[in-house]
Amino acid sequence: MDARSEGESAAMKNRTTVERKSERELVVTRTFNAPARVVFEAWTQPELLKRWWAPKSTGMTLLSCEADVRVGGRYRFEFGHGDSQSMVFFGRYVEVTPHSRLVWTNEESDDGAVTTVTFEEQGGKTLLVLHERYPSKEALDGAIAGMEGGMPEQFGQLDELLVTLGASGGRS
Amino acid sequence: MRASRSREVGNARILNYMVQYSQTRFDASFAALSDATRRGVLVQLGGADASITDLADRFHMTLTGMKKHVGVLEQAGLVTTEKVGRVRTCKLGLRRLEEEAAWIEKYHQLWSARFDELDKVVEELKRKEKVDGRKKRR
Repeated sequence: MDARSEGESAAMKNRTTVERKSERELVVTRTFNAPARVVFEAWTQPELLKRWWAPKSTGMTLLSCEADVRVGGRYRFEFGHGDSQSMVFFGRYVEVTPHSRLVWTNEESDDGAVTTVTFEEQGGKTLLVLHERYPSKEALDGAIAGMEGGMPEQFGQLDELLVTLGASGGRS
Repeated sequence: MRASRSREVGNARILNYMVQYSQTRFDASFAALSDATRRGVLVQLGGADASITDLADRFHMTLTGMKKHVGVLEQAGLVTTEKVGRVRTCKLGLRRLEEEAAWIEKYHQLWSARFDELDKVVEELKRKEKVDGRKKRR
């Protein structure tokens, strides 16, 4: 019986969709072949969360993962990536409704998004909707443009060079 | 331990690590910048958009010569051009739309990868529940 249900779930791999819903919102959806309480558990037990939050394909490793999933509880994730410095993410859970809804803030900067995850069960499956709302259009645009910041160090030097060129152009 | 750029937050910072900018684009950018005229064109466009004719005049060049320079800058993604009527206008190019599309794609990859792993965790929890359920019924 178990073998059959495993086979079924492997055959039906669910699709993840992403949409920029508005100037300051991103929405991600995915269906899971399990009841909402099971999916919810995997989001709220730190030892389960850490098993999927930093998939290998991202090249990241989760160095530490603390998540006190209660209203007002804090989370703190620390990622490592090769030899570069680690990155720390932190914020607070502001809504925790068992098996149906989670809301948390991201507090590394004023431009951090508020993330809402809803778990909607239908016929034993769960539709998960993750919604990230940035404080402003500029914050989301900044996050997107921030990709420039992830470029190799040389691109940072290129930025500086362009600034220098601009400055010398202004003098001439 | 702190991130160097405060504007990158949350998943954006993860994506920034994931994005592998191609060496090709990097080389193209530097090749484009190796020429004094092209650097001058960038400075000029930093002030205001300009037509190829304007730029040719400003740098005392033929139209053909300036077209070549602009072409190199365009290839490197440093300049975009748009033809309206008979005039081709040049502006500093950041490939904004392409960048957004590329970012959304990376964001999609991140969540797809996470959710595929989450599937495994969920399957394991389901199996456990079944086993526990059977135990309880005994």
